[in-house]
Order: sequence, then structure tokens, then C-alpha cells
Amino acid sequence: MEKLDLRSRVERSVSRRTFIKGVVATGATVSAGAYVLRSSGASTASAQGAVERLVTLRVNGQDRRVDVMKQETLAMTLRYKLGLTGTKIGCDRADCGACTVLVDGVPKYSCSLLTHQVRGAEVTTIEGLANGDELHPVQQAVVDEAGFQCAFCAPGFIMAMVGTIQESPSLTRDEMAHALSGNLCRCADYPKILNSAMRAAEYMRSTTA
Amino acid sequence: MFPSRFDYVAPDTVEEVLATLAQHGDEAKILAGGQSLIPLMKLRFASPGLLVDVNRVPGLGFVEETGEHLRVGTLTRNTELERSALLKSGYPVMADAAPMISDPLVRNRGTIGGSLAHADPAGDWGSVMLALGAEVVIKSSTDERTIPVSELLVNTFTTSLDPTEMITEIRVPKTPARSGGSYLKMERRVGDFATVATAVHLTLDNGTIKRAGIGLTAVGSKNLQASAAEDALAGAEPTAEAFEEAARLAAEASSPSSDVRGSAEYKKAMVRTFVRRGLDKALELARG
Repeated sequence: MEKLDLRSRVERSVSRRTFIKGVVATGATVSAGAYVLRSSGASTASAQGAVERLVTLRVNGQDRRVDVMKQETLAMTLRYKLGLTGTKIGCDRADCGACTVLVDGVPKYSCSLLTHQVRGAEVTTIEGLANGDELHPVQQAVVDEAGFQCAFCAPGFIMAMVGTIQESPSLTRDEMAHALSGNLCRCADYPKILNSAMRAAEYMRSTTA
Repeated sequence: MFPSRFDYVAPDTVEEVLATLAQHGDEAKILAGGQSLIPLMKLRFASPGLLVDVNRVPGLGFVEETGEHLRVGTLTRNTELERSALLKSGYPVMADAAPMISDPLVRNRGTIGGSLAHADPAGDWGSVMLALGAEVVIKSSTDERTIPVSELLVNTFTTSLDPTEMITEIRVPKTPARSGGSYLKMERRVGDFATVATAVHLTLDNGTIKRAGIGLTAVGSKNLQASAAEDALAGAEPTAEAFEEAARLAAEASSPSSDVRGSAEYKKAMVRTFVRRGLDKALELARG
């Protein structure tokens, strides 16, 4: 639905014809828009800041050496190169939040970050939360409140909760809903997810107190 | 999904970024927050040959008032703008807009300069900057220029930037004491593109309107400036009649298309309603 929606939106607003008309009408100085709908042409640039394919990523406190293509997203690398399949890929276009991970403690869509962009950063996935058999307080809260239906969105929600609560431990329910609004649940289990988030904040306040 | 193949560089300085752009021209594309660009590349709507990642360049993210301007660094994340006390106290139209941009995860990455350079007619910052009469500072390896945002935004996804240029900074004129503003946005759900949004900025002088700025989101081929409405308000008394007339003129200036978010007629009607409400809210703030 969202894919079709975005596709139709872009196609409608920038059909080739209107795009060319736009360029003609606005004169030759206008060229920055040309990156949309242009045909692919990979260049063989060797410029300052060039990167190597073999990179070391810091994931869940471990250094992981991995061979990464330039066009690979972090979500792809985590799931298919590092075997960290807790991170889910839902919409794959910065919309649903199933792929949420922490980068230097901040929740981000791993589907819309290139893996090369997180070189040198600390990446935390759902697999990095528990301490052995002991669940992270946020995970415990989600279990205690049964804050999931099918749970496909749960890893993303939990990572967003961890990042949010670490940043702001005492949000109201409304503020929490706003803070977690980048994550979607197709089962629409939002009341229980929010119960979990509020419980999680409570657990985290008491563990740090 | 994978984007088409591209080359990727991540320079450490603005000079290196500009030198790379100068060398590669329209093959190259700057990667800032990437929350529009990367999805567009994965859908194969955009296939730049070289991505120039500017996220490792220090000093491009800041919000500060100096002399005549509020200066905002091009790489300032929307989350930082959302939290800025400076915007909350002096630039209400920006403070209103920041938390309404897409969703929190996008705001953690997305940048103000990236939003302006992307020139999506449904983007929020363009309208806000039109309302405020803001300028952008643009650099290339050989030149530096400052142009109004109204001259930056040309058409859908199209700006007057040369492929060798980069926006480095946004300059908003300092708001005088008796000023107010508002950003009102209708969206089907959080994170969706706007159905309609309106940016309003008002400055009063001795009870009359000294300057009014009105920008419109998602109702044309780019962020629109409602110039006729602005002109009608300049020098006028801030009355309900004047606001109603300005709202009518703004709706007239919009050219929305019918889509899943609503019919063109409905969107025009919402522009009228939102501009009127936005002016009321801005006036309240301006009167303090």
C-alpha cells in the first residue's frame, strides 16, 4: 500500500514529461533535479573519502569484520551477513519501524542507513539487550504486559522504547505515543504496546535509581 | 531491496565534498539524512552514480543567533531543531513544524538542508522558510552565494542548485519582538506526507501588520508562497475580515491535485481554513 502510494505519488508528480517540461520551462541553470528518474550509471570514482569493502562494525559490543557492498543497508547486513535476524525488514523504506536499531544509542531505521555509514559507530540490536538469560527491563516489561500480538514489530518497538526511555525516562503516555510513532503495528495492538512502554520506563527508572 | 550500484565516498571536510562535486558534476549526489534519498534509490526512482556522504563532516550542525540572523547548519537534524529552546522562544513557526516532520525515527536522521535540497512539494521546511523569508548559503569549490529560499525551490524535486554546489547554512531573519507564527499540518497518520500544511509568520507594528509570510505545503508542484495573501495583509489591521480575505487568496494561489489524501477541492478548502486558523494563532503569539 505504502509502496504503491509512494510510487504513484512520485510518478504523478514527476512523470518524465512534466519533469522535462519543468526543466525546459525553468531554463538551463536547473539541473539538480535530474537525479530523479535518471538512468543508472555507476561511476568508477576514486575520490577523497573512498571506502573499503571490508569493514569492521561494532555490533552489540563486538567487533565484526564483514564484507559490505556500497549499496547495502544496515538492515541487510545485520540479517544476512551477521545472522542477526531479530531485526526485521517490513516496509524497507523508512516507514514502519520494524528494522529499528540503536546507533550510538539513538533509534534509527536500519533499512535506510547504508552500512558504510555506521563505520565507527556503536550498533545495538534486539540480540544485544539481554544479559545472558536475564531480559533487559524493556523486554521484561513487554513480556509482563503481553505487549504484542504477532510480534513482528516487537523488536523494532523494543529498540525504539530503549532509545526513547534512555533519553527521556519520565514521559507521559501521550508523549510516549508520540515518541514511538515511527513504529507501526499491523495488528494495531497499540494500547498494550503503550502499556508495555510505560511499564518499561518504570522498570528502567527503578533499575537506575 | 537494493539501490542500483553506485560509488560511495565519505569525505571529512566541506572542501573535500565540494572538490568531489566539482569533479563528478551531476553523477554525484549528496547524502545527508538519507530518509528520502535512500528509499527513492531502493525504489529505483533515483540512481546517482556517486553518493557523497556528508555525515562525517564536522561543524555542519548548529542553531545560533548572530547579528541579524538565526543561523542553522545544513546538517542539523530535525530532532535537534525539535528540542531547540531558541526556536521555541523566538521562531514559533519552526518550533511548530519540527515535531510534525514525518516521524521520530526519520527526524533522528533527517536534516534541514537535506529537506530543502530535496525540494519535495510535500516537504515542510520549504514552506516554513518561505514564510520566514529565509535564505540559504550555497557553496561550490570556486564560489559562495546566498539566495532566498523562494529562488532555491524551482519545481518538484528540482532546485536552482548547480550539481557542483551544496547548501551549507540556512539564514532566517531575526524575528522582531511583536512576531508570531504557526505551522498547521493535516496528515492521515503520523509519518505520512502532508495532505495540506500551512506555515504562517506575522510581525506587528503599532497594531498593524508590518509583514506577513505564508507558505503552503503539498498543494502545488513545489512549496508555494502565497504572495497575494501576504501583500493583502502587509500594512493592514489584523482583523477577522483581513484574515478571511488572506485565507481566500492563499487558497486561490494553491493548485493541489486529487489523490488518495483528498480531492483538489477539499485541499483548497483546507488551505483556506488552515491559513485563517494559522493567522489567528500567529496573531495571538505576536500580541503576547
